[in-house]
Amino acid sequence: MPVVEIAGKKIDVNEEGFLTQYDQWSEEIAKELAKQIDITLTDAHWNIIKFMRDDFKVRGESATSRRVQTVGGVPIKEQFALFPKKPAKKMAYIAGLPKPKGCV
Amino acid sequence: MKRKVIVLGGGTAGTMVVNKLHKRLDSKNWSITIVDKDNEHIYQPGLLLLPFGVYEADELVKERDHFFPAGIEYIQSEIEKVDPHTNTVYLADGKTLVYDQLVIATGTTPRPDQTEGMEDPAIWHKSVFDFFTLAGSIVLKDALDKFQGGRFVVHISEMPIKCPVAPLEFAFLADAYFNERKMRDKVEIIYVTPLEGAFTKPVCSKQLGFMLKDRNISLEPDFVIEHIDAETKTMVSMDEREIPFDLLVTIPVNMGADFIGRSGLGDDLNYIPVNKETFLSREFANIFALGDASDIPASKAGSVAHFAVDMFAENFVDYVNGRPMTHNFDGHTNCFIESGNGKGLLIDFNYKVEPLTGMFPLPIVGPFPLLKESRFNHMGKLAFRWIYWNLLLKGRWIPLPSLMSMAGKKQVVKKEEVGANASS
Repeated sequence: MPVVEIAGKKIDVNEEGFLTQYDQWSEEIAKELAKQIDITLTDAHWNIIKFMRDDFKVRGESATSRRVQTVGGVPIKEQFALFPKKPAKKMAYIAGLPKPKGCV
Repeated sequence: MKRKVIVLGGGTAGTMVVNKLHKRLDSKNWSITIVDKDNEHIYQPGLLLLPFGVYEADELVKERDHFFPAGIEYIQSEIEKVDPHTNTVYLADGKTLVYDQLVIATGTTPRPDQTEGMEDPAIWHKSVFDFFTLAGSIVLKDALDKFQGGRFVVHISEMPIKCPVAPLEFAFLADAYFNERKMRDKVEIIYVTPLEGAFTKPVCSKQLGFMLKDRNISLEPDFVIEHIDAETKTMVSMDEREIPFDLLVTIPVNMGADFIGRSGLGDDLNYIPVNKETFLSREFANIFALGDASDIPASKAGSVAHFAVDMFAENFVDYVNGRPMTHNFDGHTNCFIESGNGKGLLIDFNYKVEPLTGMFPLPIVGPFPLLKESRFNHMGKLAFRWIYWNLLLKGRWIPLPSLMSMAGKKQVVKKEEVGANASS
């Protein structure tokens, strides 16, 4: 697995750049990851990212858009506004969690 | 006094559970009860193939109680709710059942009512179809036979869904079917998914990425449906993309049973949070959830239910006798994927190992090649119906390992690649 340097730290990522170690994530890293996909993090973004981090810790799975809506309280439309085009993937990416995937 | 185990749901998982527990629990000390709302057991893999004329409806349905062992109690009733604090199941007619151990195996169900406009009477089962219900599959066959051409859309509303490869198989089979009817040039096939693509795992994506292009099936990824406009027959996404259709085959939102929500036992989609290795509820020490009803991060599929129940049956006996559970489930999944024209693919994977190439179950001789089109895999899929009815449901031995084996699989040598691109 590749290792990259983000915000001055050596970080394990997969082929697509998603973090593979939950504990290597930090807010500094999140800012860098967001910058790479042209997102400037506001409080509304942080609210979702923190929900995703906490939820993953309990469930071991990246929250879906539905879950961010029903449990995290952010409507899917708003998720699209904050993380354009691919909210589920981008939210997981910045939160240092695995991307949503199917079985193949 | 006898202890009581109640199993809710008599589908693939629940039926296997009662058969395996009946063999393992002494009837002097234990009673087993199973509850289901009806007595029709449907062979669900057949619902994909019925619209293409492979099966007739009567080949896919048998009576549930035919597969239950003698000596257990079967109650046919809807379930109102479960009170996990008093260990009570409330049935729809007001009767109550008290359990020592509860196994919930009530599966997952397509819910077209969850998407605005999907069930509009102007389009539902007229130009919009599901196929994971017997009624949907039967009317879809008729619609396919009458289809004269136009925009044919295969669509997934939201993950997770029952049998996640089924919509892809449906697209492949539709391509082959329209070719056979010599009208493929009159049909535009579009595959619409909320994921980033039809294939999302690295090896699959590399091995199978060509399959849509080769069949001239176009792909619309990252499409999160907001509503369907019945008048213009158009799907509209959250980011206001529009996909018009002449015939839409959709996988509606899938949800666990409503009584799970009413009982406060489920997550936002009524799936029960469990330990993914033992299926024990994360909240209640005498509730297990098996099959599609749980929230484990594995495919909602019969093979997962089968391997999971194998492990559960051993664990359960240990657990109720105060011993630690040692048969940890690894997420083993094994699926035949129809690719059309009498061929199929096979995937075999678990929580940690993604689907890989190679041979299954034996190295080199197989006979089933992994992640590769082959007639053997198609024959394997067809042969499975007999195995299902005659061996699997009754908990008889099947020569497949419950835990995944790396034998015959080609491991991936990782390239040192650096890339960070979530927008691709």
